[in-house]
Amino acid sequence: MSNEAVAMPRKTRGPWAVAFAKLATDRAAMASLAVFLLIVLACLSAPLYAKWADVDPFASTLDAVIQIDGADVPVMEQSTEGLGLGYTPLGPTWRLGNYFLGADSQGRDVMARMLYGGLISLLISGAATIFTLILGTAAGLIAGYFGGVTDTVLSRLLDVLWAFPIYLLAISLSIVTIAQGISIGPIEIESGSLWLPVIIIGIVYVPYVARPIRGQVLSLRHSEFVHAAVNLGVPGWRILWRDILPNITTTLIVFVPLMMALNMLTESALSFLSIGVQPPAASWGTIIQDGQALLYTRPLVALVPGLAIAVSVMALNVFGDGLRDALDPRSKVRLGRD
Amino acid sequence: MKKLLLAASAAALLAGTWLAPAQAEYLKEHRGGTIRLLARSAAGTLDPHINYTDQGWQMYQPIYDGLVAFRKAEGIDGFTIVPDLAEALPQVSNDGKTFTFKLRKGIKFSSGQDLGVKDVVASFQRIFKISGPTSGTFYAGIVGADKCLADTKSCTLEGGVVGDEAAGTITINLTKPDAEILYKLALPHAVVLPADTPAEDMGSKPIPSTGAYMISAFDPNKGMTVSRNPNFKQWSEEAQPDGYPDVVQYDFGLSEEAAVTAIQNGEADWMFDALPSDRLGELGSKSVDQLHISPLSAWWYAPLNNRLAPFDNEKARQAVAYAVDRNTLVKLFGGKVLASPVCQVLPPDFPGHEDYCSFTKNPGAKWSAPDLDKAKQLVEESGTKGQKVTIIVEDTAISRSIGVYLQSVLTTIGYVADVKPISSNIQFTYIQNTNNKVQMSVTQWYKDYPAASDFLNILFSCASFREGSDASINIAGFCDKDIDAKMQKALDLGVTDQKAADKLWAEVDKQVTDKAPAVGLFTPKRLDFVSKRVGNFKFNRQFNWMITQSWVQ
Repeated sequence: MSNEAVAMPRKTRGPWAVAFAKLATDRAAMASLAVFLLIVLACLSAPLYAKWADVDPFASTLDAVIQIDGADVPVMEQSTEGLGLGYTPLGPTWRLGNYFLGADSQGRDVMARMLYGGLISLLISGAATIFTLILGTAAGLIAGYFGGVTDTVLSRLLDVLWAFPIYLLAISLSIVTIAQGISIGPIEIESGSLWLPVIIIGIVYVPYVARPIRGQVLSLRHSEFVHAAVNLGVPGWRILWRDILPNITTTLIVFVPLMMALNMLTESALSFLSIGVQPPAASWGTIIQDGQALLYTRPLVALVPGLAIAVSVMALNVFGDGLRDALDPRSKVRLGRD
Repeated sequence: MKKLLLAASAAALLAGTWLAPAQAEYLKEHRGGTIRLLARSAAGTLDPHINYTDQGWQMYQPIYDGLVAFRKAEGIDGFTIVPDLAEALPQVSNDGKTFTFKLRKGIKFSSGQDLGVKDVVASFQRIFKISGPTSGTFYAGIVGADKCLADTKSCTLEGGVVGDEAAGTITINLTKPDAEILYKLALPHAVVLPADTPAEDMGSKPIPSTGAYMISAFDPNKGMTVSRNPNFKQWSEEAQPDGYPDVVQYDFGLSEEAAVTAIQNGEADWMFDALPSDRLGELGSKSVDQLHISPLSAWWYAPLNNRLAPFDNEKARQAVAYAVDRNTLVKLFGGKVLASPVCQVLPPDFPGHEDYCSFTKNPGAKWSAPDLDKAKQLVEESGTKGQKVTIIVEDTAISRSIGVYLQSVLTTIGYVADVKPISSNIQFTYIQNTNNKVQMSVTQWYKDYPAASDFLNILFSCASFREGSDASINIAGFCDKDIDAKMQKALDLGVTDQKAADKLWAEVDKQVTDKAPAVGLFTPKRLDFVSKRVGNFKFNRQFNWMITQSWVQ
């Protein structure tokens, strides 16, 4: 063995590469990611599917007639027995592009609505996650770094938010804004806008992000490198941006899938209660609500979106756990009030 | 009016004589048992002077009595006014402004107190003292009502309701003749309660009654028990007949799906709420003998705000009326067996109704098909194309689906429409208040009593519109002085010649329909699902199924 070999600098992998390599070996996390990406891709194809199937997933088509094996089949079938009461929507045909999952009580293609609904559910939960992370991070950084009165005021505000049961707060805000929208100074959001559920869901979860971030910032505030920067006269905002924020990035990344799962559940709950996404737009929550009146005859209309929510949320949670283990195995970031 | 009243009395007497033996025999055979009813929730306060719900009014029929009553008979006969606590229909004098009733003797409240003139006078005062929901409308024509409305606590109705204890008479004086006063006196809001009933909403506390039954227990979260009034002796079979079951047990809290299953299994006998739409097919084929379909005097309609764009433009309103496919709406409601297409205000078989439909493919007596071309042309002509319209509907499966359908229609004819379902608890008051700027909504109107004015005058008169109020029942904000004058003329004419008045109401109906302040959607029917053991099902057009006139054994 030569001395030369010992002197050669070893090429070490950076922390991100190590983390992603570790994540790649987590089969459950990777499988969950694959499932979630598949769902995202399927939902993104919603407009293409509707075009291909030649259906309008938002318009009532109660008189529509489709062809199955050369035979004309009405989308809404009237009962012919006895008194002839009621209409039953078409059941699943299991033919892609031709009412694969059947019709709902408005005669609309459930499959097309499922894809559009998923797209809207994902968009809302994704946008609300970004909104929550921006507000929560800003609040946590400012409260943790500046301390004193700023910390007290911000922390008490977060405590007030935290004190309300999440769903009760979200429902209350939705009910208040559902009819008239939001109009605060130059900010005007119409009542039917998808931004409403985004903002409401985003706001109610701010304490969930802000509190752990504040805790981390408090600890970083007393670290040597921050003291050094302060003593060198570096402005506070610059220390926050250049020194502290990069140190909480992993926590924020871990928050993304976990928050998204929570937001998706909240959006579905609000839409199910008619105070989230407004008809005729679809989200998985509104489709479950539509299917509620068909549980006896066409249970799939409610079951399929329910299953889609369950699978998506589970996939996000498992992936989020894997991501947390990979990025920061010592992290105690958990969503909830424990 | 006198002639009409005499004819009604004679018919009532004949019918009573004919029915008597049959009822006595049946009573012997089927009397007894407990009939079990289900509803998702209670109907609100137990106070009959305040409760203004179908559910409450139906249950009050075998419990409370007024001076007069709607006849407890099947079908349209139920619209006939008969004497109840009064010995006979009133003597009318003073040009139709004074009504004198002679009170029956020997009637007791369920509490054991004797019914007297003072109870009647106090009950009329109480309508105002508790600010009853119809005190300012139905009973505002009684002399002294204006003072009572201004100062409810010290209401005496002096000169308006005068009791004569010695003669056993009650005289009601009106400020002007009212052809509909007997209907109003036969409603639960004018029933007679003991004079010492507190002048406040009694809420969950049962008030003693004169009818065949009394409320013996009530828990708004669990249920209500109605049992026989021990002091009841039948005085008029057509006003307050004895009932078959010993007990009516009304339970609250079960969902509609669960209620259907309970009735199928014989664990309950009837449910108040509408049957879930996805059970209709099954029940309509397997339980035909247990289903009863009855016509209702009701109207599902979509008020268009006549004071807000785009529907402040008559052509825009007419466009919507032309475009709506009533057959589709009937389909959404459960099919032709359960609803009929309509485009005028007055329901079929109702006083003043004459088949009329101007907004259809082939205008004439009946609606035939939507005319989308005409609708699009009208939208173009109105210059409202592309405007935003929000439809406010109740958060129920049927209302939501109607809203979604109407949104499709508006989009098709050129508007940018969206639907907003809001809680059923607030939707009806929300759409009335002009502050909420509701452009279009979906709602229903069920008659209070069988008179054309109860639809046309209440829903479309200028007086029914109140800016910024939750109680502005003219939801469309429609106000046409000529039509208003004609309605007043019809009301006045009704005092002397009801037939001529109904002719006039038919004209008003057509004129209002043509102006399209609201779009008529359909006339619903009532579907009652009863258990196999329920016999003698009778549906009264005024207050629906006569619960205690059915037997369970």
